Amino acid sequence: MAGVQVANLSRSFGAHKALDDVSIDFADGGFYALLGPSGSGKTTLLRQIAGFDFPDTGRIAIGGESVERVPVEKRRIGMVFQNYALFPNMSVADNVGFGLSVRGQAKPTIASEVQRALDLVQLGRLGGRRPHQLSGGQRQRVALARAIVTKPRVLLLDEPLGALDKALRVDMQIELKRIQRDIGITTIFVTHDQEEALTMSDRIGILRDGRLVQEGPPEEIYDRPKSEFAATFLGDANIFRGDSTGTGIRLPDGTAIAAAAGATLAAGARASCAVRPERIRIATDSGTSDPNANMLRGQVSRRIFAGNSSTYFVDRDGQTLKVIVQNTGVERLAEGQEVVLRWSPESTVLIAAN
Amino acid sequence: MAGQVATGARSGLRSALPLLVPAYLWLTVAIFMPLSAMVFFSFMTELPLSGKAWSFTLDNYATFFAQGLYRTLLLASLKLGLEVTLWCVVIGYPAAYVLAKVFRGRSREAIFLLVILPFWSNGLVRIFSWAMVLREGGILDTALNAVLPFKINIDLMYSYPAVIIGLVHSYVPYMVLTCYLTLQAIDDSLIEAGRSLGASRLQMLKRVIIPLSMPGLVAGAALIFVPVVGSFMEPRILGGRTGTFYGTIIEDQFVAVFNWPLGAALSFILLAVVLVILALASPVLKRAA
Repeated sequence: MAGVQVANLSRSFGAHKALDDVSIDFADGGFYALLGPSGSGKTTLLRQIAGFDFPDTGRIAIGGESVERVPVEKRRIGMVFQNYALFPNMSVADNVGFGLSVRGQAKPTIASEVQRALDLVQLGRLGGRRPHQLSGGQRQRVALARAIVTKPRVLLLDEPLGALDKALRVDMQIELKRIQRDIGITTIFVTHDQEEALTMSDRIGILRDGRLVQEGPPEEIYDRPKSEFAATFLGDANIFRGDSTGTGIRLPDGTAIAAAAGATLAAGARASCAVRPERIRIATDSGTSDPNANMLRGQVSRRIFAGNSSTYFVDRDGQTLKVIVQNTGVERLAEGQEVVLRWSPESTVLIAAN
Repeated sequence: MAGQVATGARSGLRSALPLLVPAYLWLTVAIFMPLSAMVFFSFMTELPLSGKAWSFTLDNYATFFAQGLYRTLLLASLKLGLEVTLWCVVIGYPAAYVLAKVFRGRSREAIFLLVILPFWSNGLVRIFSWAMVLREGGILDTALNAVLPFKINIDLMYSYPAVIIGLVHSYVPYMVLTCYLTLQAIDDSLIEAGRSLGASRLQMLKRVIIPLSMPGLVAGAALIFVPVVGSFMEPRILGGRTGTFYGTIIEDQFVAVFNWPLGAALSFILLAVVLVILALASPVLKRAA
């Protein structure tokens, strides 16, 4: 087991910069999600760490050992592919045992290691089957067992749950997390699903156009996004744009919004504020609970009922704001109703304009 | 999954019938009828076309077993088929691999064209151009002597190697095409998965790529072996006196000796032998595939 360090990594394909000076420290035993839209470079980064492709410049170290010019078969990594990539000509047991067998391990050793790995992914009795006889979730588990049976230094997962349906995906998220904790392997997980990244990982790195936009624990990125992109890509956010007042921003119509979180900016600079939809309270009267709270008036343009919560779209000065309210009672606001929105400065993140 | 496909095929048979009729009609007229005429001939004493009296006989088949020459020639032809097939695998499989897994886009199209070019040229022209290359004072001889400091004599014409070269040239595209199709269907991520598990290129080839492309190898081998065993053009033109094989003997019966009944009988014995070989090989090949 080992940590992975990526330093100043760049890789271009022709004129396209797939990775641009990316540095990340993947902690030993951690579960790290690389999150980004398609074309953001997250898969390129994973393939560089795996060794399928070499960087133009920069360093990659696994367990302190420089590996940026070591080919994949010598890096001792385990990888799970999006389409599972199980060998169709082999049984499940032979698939799982492949990595041990090419290393020349003895047959009895292979058999017991394979059984242990299959037990770990709860497929103990399916060793004799062929991959095409398995369901998508089972193939996923076989691919995972095959990747970890060789005791790799790091486990790389390329959107491994992308091909599964929603319910199975949630099951596999829990399962994957359990297995990762059990064996304590450093895991790097590529996904474009922000919910998956939030629920599974210890740390998240958000990539965009080959650059690392922000990285840190999920709570930190969610509560204190450093850019509009990070705020809107990881979760939902209402963005207000205006001029910095040092402790918030002033909207073009003169309304002040106070922010207690985020960047420190000089007064007068262009800036934005981000507020999560669930942090905003919505009411029909202006009440007087907290004098420091930010307050805006608007009109409900649409309401979407989602069972345990309702989403209100509130129009205000040409901008549509999103507010999510837990349905703790039966009272609902009607579309067209005039409302007052309130939220605390602590829930407001000041972001430098990009 | 296989079961579902089978049921689907059965229920669709009625609607597919109109689509099958032209093909089967053509096969009946073009293959079944002439072939049954040949079966008929093979049991005759004389060709009925010549106007002589004829009767049914088993003598034509008995001739094969009575004279050791035919058996010797059949064995020589089977050996020739095996050798040509092996050379086609050795030359064609790597080419198919490079075509399917290394080249992309335009360069793949260009190389592909080069591979199937022999298909587009006339067979006789192909063979005679080899004669130009292989004979003493021919293209190969002249070229080598122009480059090498010492004098060498290259005269491959009218030899067994010449027959092999000509046949391999004619049939290697079949191997390239059938192997290309199966190799191309192998997902690149399988190869990447194997490498990530620590397998060397050779191990990947042995344990994943060759097993998965076995259907293409088998199909190519069958497509090559069968016609090569009965071939007569390449052995006759490039082999000269050494080019007497089972196929040339059959050809002689039809075009030189005009003993069609014997020629037909020898053909069907060849067909039977080839079918037996394929039947014996099929369980082995099926397991490999």
